Amino acid sequence: MSETTTTTTHSPFLQHHYAEMEQQVDAGKIGMWLFLVTEILLFGGLFVGFAIMSGQHHDAFRLAHEHLSRPLGALNTVILLVSSFTMVMAVHSARHSRQKALVRCLAATIALAGAFLVVKYFEYSHKFHDGLLPGRFYAAGGPEPAGQAMFFSFYFMMTGLHGLHILGGMIVLTWLLVRSRRGHFSSAYYAPVDLGGLYWHLVDMIWIYLFPLLYLIG
Amino acid sequence: MRTYVIVLAALLALTALTVAVSGIHFGSPAVNVIVALGIASLKASLVALFFMHLLHDKPLNALIFVSGLVFLAIFLILILIDVDFRLPEEVPPSAFWAGLRLW
Repeated sequence: MSETTTTTTHSPFLQHHYAEMEQQVDAGKIGMWLFLVTEILLFGGLFVGFAIMSGQHHDAFRLAHEHLSRPLGALNTVILLVSSFTMVMAVHSARHSRQKALVRCLAATIALAGAFLVVKYFEYSHKFHDGLLPGRFYAAGGPEPAGQAMFFSFYFMMTGLHGLHILGGMIVLTWLLVRSRRGHFSSAYYAPVDLGGLYWHLVDMIWIYLFPLLYLIG
Repeated sequence: MRTYVIVLAALLALTALTVAVSGIHFGSPAVNVIVALGIASLKASLVALFFMHLLHDKPLNALIFVSGLVFLAIFLILILIDVDFRLPEEVPPSAFWAGLRLW
């Protein structure tokens, strides 16, 4: 009896190893949150390293952080915050089966992610040009070059790893966009949009800490 | 939908605030660090509670997330204590350092 009812209401997106959709969605969410915790610890290691090194080279770190462009850093913060908003609107649209709005919101999020990387490209090329490079590649001179080189090691490692996460997010968002255009998502099934959104918000959250730490405090 | 717009407005306002106050000297640079990290944490909380729906989601997800933060805090605090004891006397603690310690 119960088997016939499950087969008639069976969603094409329900994996066979789950009893019902709710269980699948809950399991997916728990998995995503566990993954996000590993991301926090990955970046956390860099934050702790930054804390230790800024304690030992604080004059050099303060000097080095003056080289970063606050307006561009602030601009990128605004871009990511707005992209988080368009992302949450995508989830909202999917939940209410508004497929056109979903496609538009995802496209906007991808565009904002691209804009973030363009700004980052201009920042990086300016640093490359001035020799503000990590470790032994540092060539800008100035007082305490070893400490400043250390600052740029952290700067490039942290923003570079974050940039890779943006790039990864763009791939996920593009996949979601393709599936949205095929009409896969509606109020009955939008878990991938939801989970992609969680990841995207975490990437935004990491930048929320990176911006004041690198650009404002140093 | 209205909630999301309000949260976005708050996030943008807090960004403007953190840029604005970074130019002010609060007596000790350590206070600047605390203010910057405090505003960042407020913004991160808004993102987690509203954009990531932790406020209305199953509590297990929030528990997983918070446990990650707890382990990060243990990591940071123990490292701070350890390095603090081993810093040579003549090296004055940086503002960031002092801020984290106060934090």
